[in-house]
Amino acid sequence: MQGRASDRLRDGRLIVLLFLGPAMVVLLALVAYPIVNTVWLSLFSSDGSQFVGLGNYNEMFTAPDTRRAILNNTIWVIVAPAVVTSIGLVCAVLTERVRLGTAFKAVLFMPMAISFLAAGVTFRLVYDENPERGVLNAVVVGAHDAFAPPSVYYGMSSRPESDLSAVDGAFLTPEVNAGTPVLIPLVGLPFERLPSDARPASAVPARGLTGTVWLDFLRGGGGTAGVIDPTETGLPGVRVSAIKEGEVIATTTTDANGRFAFPQLSSGGYRIRLDEANFTPPFAGATWLGPTLVTPSIIVAYIWIWAGFAMVLIAAGLASIPREALEAARIDGAGEWQVFRHVTVPLVRPVLIVVLVTMMINVLKIFDLVLVLAPDSSQDEANVIALEMYRVSFGGDLNFGLGSALGVLLFLLVLPAMLFNIRRLRREHT
Amino acid sequence: MSFTSTVAVPQLEPAGSVPARPPKPSLPNRIARRLSGLVVQVIALAIMAMWLVPSFGLAAASLRTSADNSSSGWWTVFSRPAQLTLDNYKSLLANETILRSLWNTVLITVPSTLLVVAIGAMAAYALAWLDFPGRDLLFILVVALIVVPVQVAIIPDAKLFNALGIYGSVSAVIAFHVAFGLPFAIFLLRNFFAGIPKDLLEAARIDGGSEFTIFRRVILPIGWPAVASLAIFQFLWVWNDLLVALVFATSDNAPITYALREQMRAFSSNIDVIGPGAFVSMIVPLFVFFAFQRYFVQGVLAGSVK
Repeated sequence: MQGRASDRLRDGRLIVLLFLGPAMVVLLALVAYPIVNTVWLSLFSSDGSQFVGLGNYNEMFTAPDTRRAILNNTIWVIVAPAVVTSIGLVCAVLTERVRLGTAFKAVLFMPMAISFLAAGVTFRLVYDENPERGVLNAVVVGAHDAFAPPSVYYGMSSRPESDLSAVDGAFLTPEVNAGTPVLIPLVGLPFERLPSDARPASAVPARGLTGTVWLDFLRGGGGTAGVIDPTETGLPGVRVSAIKEGEVIATTTTDANGRFAFPQLSSGGYRIRLDEANFTPPFAGATWLGPTLVTPSIIVAYIWIWAGFAMVLIAAGLASIPREALEAARIDGAGEWQVFRHVTVPLVRPVLIVVLVTMMINVLKIFDLVLVLAPDSSQDEANVIALEMYRVSFGGDLNFGLGSALGVLLFLLVLPAMLFNIRRLRREHT
Repeated sequence: MSFTSTVAVPQLEPAGSVPARPPKPSLPNRIARRLSGLVVQVIALAIMAMWLVPSFGLAAASLRTSADNSSSGWWTVFSRPAQLTLDNYKSLLANETILRSLWNTVLITVPSTLLVVAIGAMAAYALAWLDFPGRDLLFILVVALIVVPVQVAIIPDAKLFNALGIYGSVSAVIAFHVAFGLPFAIFLLRNFFAGIPKDLLEAARIDGGSEFTIFRRVILPIGWPAVASLAIFQFLWVWNDLLVALVFATSDNAPITYALREQMRAFSSNIDVIGPGAFVSMIVPLFVFFAFQRYFVQGVLAGSVK
């Protein structure tokens, strides 16, 4: 009898081993042991030949590249989870009140299905610097131009030999006298930008302070500098100011032949100014993936990917709020905002914390999106810990010591989240 | 029976009903409500547009020649639909590097998913229903491993694979994915299996079924929703991976993400390959998303802790 019992015990152990064995072997060999090994490697030089103590950790916190990566990751952890959770909360509330709530959820959640690489390609197109190609800059430039239209004559200059002086983007003549037509030659306008209503330039009969602003350049060359040659074109619509003793006395606009006149200024000396507004260059949009904006831009792409996740999780939390609590607050006369602020948010707080913690772990490990979205030229400015770990370990240097130290740093940073998970697990099991 | 202890199991359905309004609000009140209702609809539409435009832009760009793409924006397809062409996709089908990398993605993803599900389910069953000392501690250790960043293991694993002579091969990528997929798989499945009524197992045991029979005939059929969610989650996780491929695969064995990343070094001149390539790489995940929406959401949400 006893023999059979111990047989059964041995059988039991064998079965446990059969069921659990494969998983344990894989986890020990490829996860658990490597963690210990990485800690060990982090105490050695790049090829592992020399013990350097905490040298790699010292380097990690002093070398510019790694410091930049740590700083950027700090920005990520502070900004991204909070924004994702807030947007998720707003959208979760919206889904309850919007027609087509299901479609709304599906649209926002869909980016979760695609890879960071595909999302990166998508946002490379969005962030294209050229407003002719990148949709974001097209929108930004369009909005900007609606309020401040670009001027026609940007990029124009005076001839080097002329006596026009360029001041703060405007052009200023020396003092001229009323009664003598003023000639103001400009160059540097591509013919295709010439306004369609422009006519050949001509001088003005001298009645008061008058003059001509024209394009002192002939198609195919030729002509005399500073002189209105027969086929040279006037510049219409140029804002011209007459200035006396530093004060603007009068302002007018040139006609189709480039002529302007201040008939009321019949005598005396003035300076003529072609206002800066004639020459403001068009707004070119922002360099989203350039050194200064690259990290915020990547964070926006990240939010695009993860907001739907936060929304679905929070919406589930909202659905479990007892309707009576909301009704009671409304009947007590609370406005919608007060209900949201004082009833809804406190009731979904546990879910909000789960989303925040999840996003923090996720953001600590952010890698693909930065690698794909940051162009090589601004990768240093966009650097994060996981990317720097890859760069120093596998990007050519093969510095396994520093790479291991960075790995250990990431591991230490997710430890609180690990404890949070375990505590939650134990609470739910008791 | 709870699906997972981590999060509730939400679904992509309207969350609850709109609360009933208090009776008979005054007329100004009603107008205000209507207006704010309209504002809410408009905001929602604006948000949807912001979420759709980037993907639409990629789709449109992939259907234009690179000359068109470098000279004008994708939105010109609205004014000049004639520029739409399938040429990029045709040349993609003739691009051996891309085709091979797509095949590699399949070669990596399918075994990684099957192995994680099989090994994970067996371990989960042991942790849920077999008695042995230290079981709870072991489960907690496995849960602890869920959030471990891959960066803390890739260097030793690269050395190990090198010593085994598989570094750079598809098997190395698979092995690493299986290892880092298991903790979450075990966690998810154990919690589901543990919720299966004990009577069912007892009945099968009394009938003399071996543990393997019970596993196959009782646990797997009842636990299949969890298995399906896990499989989908793991499948997408591996399909979309770039980091593991960059570290462990040579370019011959690299998946599509790796191949496209190579092309991105010269983004604007290669957009005719990158655009359609990225779109093709998205087709499978998007199909999974729409076809198995419910399991997908459950899997992704439960896997959020990863």
